[in-house]
Amino acid sequence: MSNENTLSRRGLFMKLGILFNGLVAAALGVPILGFLFSSVTRGRANAYLSWVPLGPVSEFPEGETRLATFRNPNVMPTDGKTVDTACWVRRVEGDQFQVFAVNCAHLGCPVRWFPQSGLFMCPCHGGAYYRDGSRASGPPERGLFEYPFRVQDGLVTIQAGELATPGASAAVIGKKPPCA
Amino acid sequence: MRLIAQIREWFDRRLQLAAPIREAAEHPVPRNTASWVYVFGSAALTIFLLQLATGILLALIYVPSAGEAWSSLQALNHDVTLGWFIRALHGWGSNFMIAIVLVHMVQVFLFGAYKFPRELTWIVGVFLLLMTLGMAFSGQVLRFDQDAYWGIGIGASIASHVPVIGPAAVRLMLGGPIIAGATLSRFFALHVFVIPGTLIVLVGLHLLMVLKLGINEWPMPGRLVKRATYASEYHELTKKDGAPFVPYAIWKDLFFAAFILIAVAACAAYFGPFGPTGRPDPTIIQTAPKPDYFFLWMYALLSLLPPSMETPALLIGPVIAILGLLLLPFLSGEGEKSWRRRPIAVLTVLLIAITLGTFTHLAGFAPWSPHMNAWSSDPVPAQFLHGTTALERQGALVFQVKQCRNCHSLGDKGGQRGPALDSVAVRLTEDQLIRQVIQGGGNMPAYGKNLSPAETSALVAFLETLHPAGQTPARDASRGAVLGENAETLSSTQP
Repeated sequence: MSNENTLSRRGLFMKLGILFNGLVAAALGVPILGFLFSSVTRGRANAYLSWVPLGPVSEFPEGETRLATFRNPNVMPTDGKTVDTACWVRRVEGDQFQVFAVNCAHLGCPVRWFPQSGLFMCPCHGGAYYRDGSRASGPPERGLFEYPFRVQDGLVTIQAGELATPGASAAVIGKKPPCA
Repeated sequence: MRLIAQIREWFDRRLQLAAPIREAAEHPVPRNTASWVYVFGSAALTIFLLQLATGILLALIYVPSAGEAWSSLQALNHDVTLGWFIRALHGWGSNFMIAIVLVHMVQVFLFGAYKFPRELTWIVGVFLLLMTLGMAFSGQVLRFDQDAYWGIGIGASIASHVPVIGPAAVRLMLGGPIIAGATLSRFFALHVFVIPGTLIVLVGLHLLMVLKLGINEWPMPGRLVKRATYASEYHELTKKDGAPFVPYAIWKDLFFAAFILIAVAACAAYFGPFGPTGRPDPTIIQTAPKPDYFFLWMYALLSLLPPSMETPALLIGPVIAILGLLLLPFLSGEGEKSWRRRPIAVLTVLLIAITLGTFTHLAGFAPWSPHMNAWSSDPVPAQFLHGTTALERQGALVFQVKQCRNCHSLGDKGGQRGPALDSVAVRLTEDQLIRQVIQGGGNMPAYGKNLSPAETSALVAFLETLHPAGQTPARDASRGAVLGENAETLSSTQP
């Protein structure tokens, strides 16, 4: 009976049982992986981004750079204060703005604006940027991340919603400012 | 007594564990491995058990919600009886665990214990180290304060550098588009379920192999490991010069474990818990986040790497390091075990220790970070202003107001990002100073657009006064000749 080439009835059932479990596991794997990677799939085609207001144009004097905060468009009930985000708003003149992410283009620490010297400085690894966001010195490889903006009904509005990181898509971190 | 014996017998009839446990406890070990050098593995296990116990206690109060985690830590620190002590035990236990795991690893490496037949024990050990570091990082995230918040941002920035899948990796890590509630929850799941579960399984495997393969014998210079003969040689050794692990060797493990627990408790009681620092509110940007002690070396490395080296170093460095550790037992699985005859092994350990130590030390005072408040909090020392003209004093004012001080120190106060300027006039001529201030360069921003000509003249006039008493400032000899200055002044400035 114990011929290697013959398949016993029980052996067949065991193999069928394994196959059956494999099929069930694969079927269950679809929703499990779908859940696990939902934050990745939801973010495709920049679906996390939307336009959020920062405040009336009059709050931002011409030629100055001010800190503004906005509420992230995607909010979960357990987010607490983390959905409030800061950004630097530079009103060049008239309706011309530059809105920078506070995150340093190096590794994301919050940069601070020093109007006297016209520099953004990062407290972590010493990156520095000029008033137009271009890189001045330190480890960053590029200038500050810029949010796309528009002025609508007297309100400064930016397209935001995703953390600005060096590898993020151009829609999230804006165009690359010229290096100085 | 008879009752106890009866109960024991009742259980053993069903469990049948007494014999294998006795066999494991009394397995013979080489006599000279009952040493104080062989206690670090069991000490690491002891601290791991302490972490499990204190971790469960903390979970009784801690709330893994971005809105409430910080307040629940405050409650642990201030409201719950002895909550601060349990937090401190867990935090200090974490530091001790990494330290002991590293010491254990160095000992195993120097004693050649990773060689045949213990290769897999080493490989599992490498994963245990990675899991331990993973616990430390995820634990730092659960202490959901400003450092944790911006620390995740740094982690996300690093992950985003990965080609192709970078942005997806960031979203997977954060559980959404930004650092928020879902981020904390998934780090909670990692720290409390995934990594500890894996750790328990791997520790079990690690211990099982120690029992099956026997403890590494004390390496003797010249006694080489050969695959063909090692097993019989080891067996011979334990037979000829062996002693039962219990109680012959274990008493040292027990004493050291207790000593380590006392040390953790003493640090916890004396220094208290770590943080939490400020509330994790992303709109508060007046913060200079720093990682916990065992990640400080990375903080230094990321500051000191040239920009062009950074992405390759971030992405390839860890892969090479981990692969190197995993392949080690296959590259030198046989041969000499004793560190006395393995100079390259000793030098490698020293090199890595000195490198990590230097980076950690540097990160302690972070000379690469501007001192964000130096311009308004560190006045120009009076000795630099004695006998100066009005213009030079105006220049000192420009020096402070334009935040030069954030990166340049005077009298040892101020930032260290740029060189100290106490004697800058000796190094640079007036023209060079003007050029440097206006155009920047050499990692200094250009200030041309932010200084009026009057401010620049005043600033450079002040910088020209910065030279030791007795030493004349640098001058451009050719310029002097062109302007027809007399030969006497010229020659006095020549070295």
